[in-house]
Amino acid sequence: MNLQSVKALYHAEMARSLRTILQSVVSPVVSTSLYFVVFGSAIGSRINEVDGVSYAAFIVPGLIMLMLLTQSVSNASFGIFFPRFSGSIYEVLSAPISYVEVVLGYVGAAATKSTLLGLIVLGTASLFVPMHIEHPFIMLLFMVLTALTFSMLGFVIGIWADGFEKLQLVPLLIITPLTFLGGTFYSISMLPPFWQAVTLFNPVVYLVSGFRWSFYGNADVSIWASLSVVFLFLCISLALVAMIFRTGYRLKP
Amino acid sequence: MSKARVILSVEQLSKQYSGGFQALDDINLDIRRGEIFALLGPNGAGKTTLIGVICGLVNASSGRVLVDGHDNISEFRQARQRIGLVPQELTSEAFSKVWDTVSFSRGLFGKPPNPEHIERVLRSLSLWEKRNNRLITLSGGMKRRVLIAKALSHEPDILFLDEPSAGVDVELRRDMWAVVRGLRDRGVTIILTTHYIEEAEEMADRIGVIRGGKLMLVEDKHTLMSKLGTKVLTLRLMAPLTTLPESLNDFDLSLSEDGFTLDYGYRSTVSQPSDTPNNIAALLAALAEADIEISDMDTRQSSLEDIFISLVKEQP
Repeated sequence: MNLQSVKALYHAEMARSLRTILQSVVSPVVSTSLYFVVFGSAIGSRINEVDGVSYAAFIVPGLIMLMLLTQSVSNASFGIFFPRFSGSIYEVLSAPISYVEVVLGYVGAAATKSTLLGLIVLGTASLFVPMHIEHPFIMLLFMVLTALTFSMLGFVIGIWADGFEKLQLVPLLIITPLTFLGGTFYSISMLPPFWQAVTLFNPVVYLVSGFRWSFYGNADVSIWASLSVVFLFLCISLALVAMIFRTGYRLKP
Repeated sequence: MSKARVILSVEQLSKQYSGGFQALDDINLDIRRGEIFALLGPNGAGKTTLIGVICGLVNASSGRVLVDGHDNISEFRQARQRIGLVPQELTSEAFSKVWDTVSFSRGLFGKPPNPEHIERVLRSLSLWEKRNNRLITLSGGMKRRVLIAKALSHEPDILFLDEPSAGVDVELRRDMWAVVRGLRDRGVTIILTTHYIEEAEEMADRIGVIRGGKLMLVEDKHTLMSKLGTKVLTLRLMAPLTTLPESLNDFDLSLSEDGFTLDYGYRSTVSQPSDTPNNIAALLAALAEADIEISDMDTRQSSLEDIFISLVKEQP
């Protein structure tokens, strides 16, 4: 393992986030906090408890998950897309570094950023909403696994995209709608039976539900189903990354 | 060539792109340790593809590359850590600072931090004063220097310079040549592609000419110039001639319109033994015999550019 190279890539990616701290950190924290203010405090005060917790507290895990998914995908996709776009990827491809190490550097940095953001948003939420976390270890595990998995998916998107439009396509048109429809703002038990069944085909439901379980101990689907889905996503993302590097897809002619 | 002298070996290398374009066709090439090798060829000849395959940027269709005895695929770590690449395009992270990006390159190639080495490299390329500048604020020439600094940051044994003089001014070009010679003196092998034949003529020890993906020749520069080059002897006459006397018909002569100048084209002595009729002594004797007096004379050797153009214009 060429740790020096992984470290260099990881630090360069983290430094890029620090250079753009307003966009990388402040912006997602502010926009997620606005959700807490609008849906939690303003509208939430008129909504009854959901699954035994206040509405404001109920939406916290879903909102953190929403931010975690979108930030993981966009951080990782931009991290690899920009060197491809500018041409500076030549340096990574010609370095004595294996594909696993390249992924560790880029995805590791993106997942670190997303996890840190998740923790910052969690801290910010606790300023607006009184809440407790029943299973902090599982909460952290969920956060890290989700950040890793979706950073890897973002990495794949960053390689697949051949323009800025495609780069935004998946986060805006797939991730965000699936998250909104995945129980971020409601419990799926509130839906009619038909839509409950349909919703179970949305993988994000399992992520939000499992994450919410780690906070309040109750969930729409079992925690094991949620963990299985996270691992399934992780395996799919790993397989895609392995395929990309084995074939040189969009990296090497 | 003995194996110890060879630092880079390209064996039966071919590359066909997915669209069917044959960029490289059975290339065989040995690069000697410590030499400056210039790869010349017209646009689309395969120069950049060849460099790309050697450096790991392009997948070869067949053949193999050995870098100091290490296969560049199965032993990519050992192979790639010996190579520094300066690409043709000015590609860089626009918002990084010079110091940071050069240090990053060193780390990326697996070397531990060495601020003294980075400082030496930056000073040698006149970049020290710019070390805290963001790349986006630098001129094209300065960015080119940064790319060279990045390639040198991990102390490579082989340096690839893909069109190093593209878009740089004369001063920088001269500076770069000095840096390249300094590197060669320290034992670094340099492989450069260039459109500036003057650059190859000035710096290279050996020349390779590639066209249509095929390596047409590899030759020591001086041997190449003496084998394929021609010379022209220009004679200024005391009195004008209207026609050439018959006694001079054996010589490749051309008379100027005013009749005062005779040009004599001949091969240099390596390829044209002096006992053939077409030599200078015989010409001067023939001129004396014909009572043609000479007031001045001058010789000019064809440049590498002339040779290159004649080579790439030849039909396959």
